[in-house]
Amino acid sequence: MTLTPINPQQTNEATQVPDALGRFGRFGGKYVPETLMPALSELEAAFQKYCADADFQNELQQLLKDYVGRPTPLYFAERLTAHYARPDGSGVQIYLKREDLNHTGAHKINNALAQVLLAKRMGKQRIIAETGAGQHGVATATVCARFGLNCIIYMGVHDMERQALNVFRMRLMGAEVRPVSAGTGTLKDATSEAIRDWVTNVETTHYILGSVAGPHPYPMLVRDFQAIIGQETRAQAVEKWGVLPDILLACVGGGSNAMGLFADFVKEPSVRLIGIEAAGEGVDTGKHAATLTKGQVGVLHGAMSYLLQDEEGQVIEPHSISAGLDYPGVGPEHSYLKDSGRAEYYSVTDEEALEAFGRLSRLEGIIPALETAHAIAFLDKLCPQLSGNPRIVINCSGRGDKDVQTVAKFLNSSESSQ
Amino acid sequence: MTSISDRFQSLRSQSQCALVPFITAGDPDLQTTAEALKVLDRNGADIIELGVPYSDPLADGPVIQAAATRALQKGTKLDDVLKMLTNVIPELTAPIVLFTYYNQIIHRGIENFLQQLSQVGVKGLVVPDLPLEEAESLLKPASELGIEVVLLVAPTSSPERIKAIAQKSQGFIYLVSVTGVTGMRSGLESRVADLLQQMRQTTDKPIGVGFGISAPEHAKQVKDWGADAAIVGSAFVKRLADGTPAAGLTAIGEFCQNLKQAIA
Repeated sequence: MTLTPINPQQTNEATQVPDALGRFGRFGGKYVPETLMPALSELEAAFQKYCADADFQNELQQLLKDYVGRPTPLYFAERLTAHYARPDGSGVQIYLKREDLNHTGAHKINNALAQVLLAKRMGKQRIIAETGAGQHGVATATVCARFGLNCIIYMGVHDMERQALNVFRMRLMGAEVRPVSAGTGTLKDATSEAIRDWVTNVETTHYILGSVAGPHPYPMLVRDFQAIIGQETRAQAVEKWGVLPDILLACVGGGSNAMGLFADFVKEPSVRLIGIEAAGEGVDTGKHAATLTKGQVGVLHGAMSYLLQDEEGQVIEPHSISAGLDYPGVGPEHSYLKDSGRAEYYSVTDEEALEAFGRLSRLEGIIPALETAHAIAFLDKLCPQLSGNPRIVINCSGRGDKDVQTVAKFLNSSESSQ
Repeated sequence: MTSISDRFQSLRSQSQCALVPFITAGDPDLQTTAEALKVLDRNGADIIELGVPYSDPLADGPVIQAAATRALQKGTKLDDVLKMLTNVIPELTAPIVLFTYYNQIIHRGIENFLQQLSQVGVKGLVVPDLPLEEAESLLKPASELGIEVVLLVAPTSSPERIKAIAQKSQGFIYLVSVTGVTGMRSGLESRVADLLQQMRQTTDKPIGVGFGISAPEHAKQVKDWGADAAIVGSAFVKRLADGTPAAGLTAIGEFCQNLKQAIA
């Protein structure tokens, strides 16, 4: 199949958000220091300009194909499907959109590659990024190596410990990984520090934000660069079984892999959109990252969205075993889709995610990222509620090699405590 | 109680540059903050900026971040800050400007937040993560309650933006002197002079320069460049936090005097 060129006009028309001020209903916007406002306008203008530019599109499409390895397969998970089959053999048909097969092992590179091509055309020689699980950091370090750009990655000290493999990979490719010890030393703190760097070096630096979060135009730009996931899924579904999928399922931290899968289907009312957040140790324990389930509307990192905060409006430190979901905010478009009822959001605990991590490994020979495992885990709750033989596409957003140490440590400690 | 605009007007009539110190509420505790406000008021502060501690202070450098973290660890709450101000403001000559991030305002509700500020006698508001495009929701209700919302201009702001910001800003215009976060720096960028000149051509409103002013010679420099106010934050916060509260109070009193002398 051929790759679909990115066309922001078309995508905007399809979803009709955000508006000129970057609003998804009451969410989104630009809540940043004045210093960054011109850079955000410049970025938006460059995005509009180059997405309509044939050279940019050609270079991006070529690299997505030959460097990233797109299109990624839409894989029928036969044994996982059998696991959830009813006694008579009927039941859900489970497909995995194999973003884990991308170069660097996750969907993050779709966005990092496109943004670095933009940065190059904008004349920015210095690239910064935040990372949680390290997948976005690795993707950014990768494309910076590919284009010979100076790369600095901000990462929480706690995440550097639990994602040590990814820290090594980033350094191997020549990126500087700057530890952030503020707060709990996780994604929120790394993002704040990246924004501070950008405020300081905005005239020479492009900030490759890794999720559909942050100030406008990032939620729109990252969505449109990730929308290829859903566009391919549509074409592959039609090719494989002739009609659209019935249900799309993806994990949500900031929400880029989910938005990438959903974007092309938002205007297809027959397709159920389900996002899964991290419930950590349980949504009622206070140790979770289930922003859409438990948050209140607030402003974090430049956007209005749901936010985990206390009665004083101070941001709460989230918790998840998965570094990529360990974030107290969520992309504004997800808040919009939740409030409008177009998408549904649920959560699964650390323990449920770990179980799914093992299950997919054993049944399909695919070790998923712990983030992805949250989406897989929701099948346990979802499948018994469904009738007929609906086709579910799960965004297999990343591979789990980076997580084996965390999982081993968790399993050891839970064995020794028993 | 004097408004920010009135304060600037009377300083201008005496050809004076205002000194605007900043401290973080609740660091090391609210009792010390109350004392610090009085010390600053006695030692030459014309307006005082008080920072409400926030968990994610995006626009702040390490010194003020650390102060906010300490204040939050002490359990500093907005209601307690306002209660402290209720008692202290009547004793002060310098009007108080509250520096607070936008989430703290919307969490309480804009109307509710502004009502409480007005009751306490706070005269101005600086919201570092609320640029012009998002400020409308705050500007109108605030002016109805006599609270002036100060907007910020940065070195990256285009002439068109500077004009639009200057038009909307109330009390004064806050010129951020660096591309960067708050914090002490060794010197001032000379482009601040150009920015000040450029702003003068578009507005009569007072202009305060802040971010990175940490020594009397910096304050003198911005005064000579034509600023109406020198805003000094991290250098006060650091002095107040060093050693015992008593030592900190003495240190900020002396520092305030030195700064004031430099721009007198």
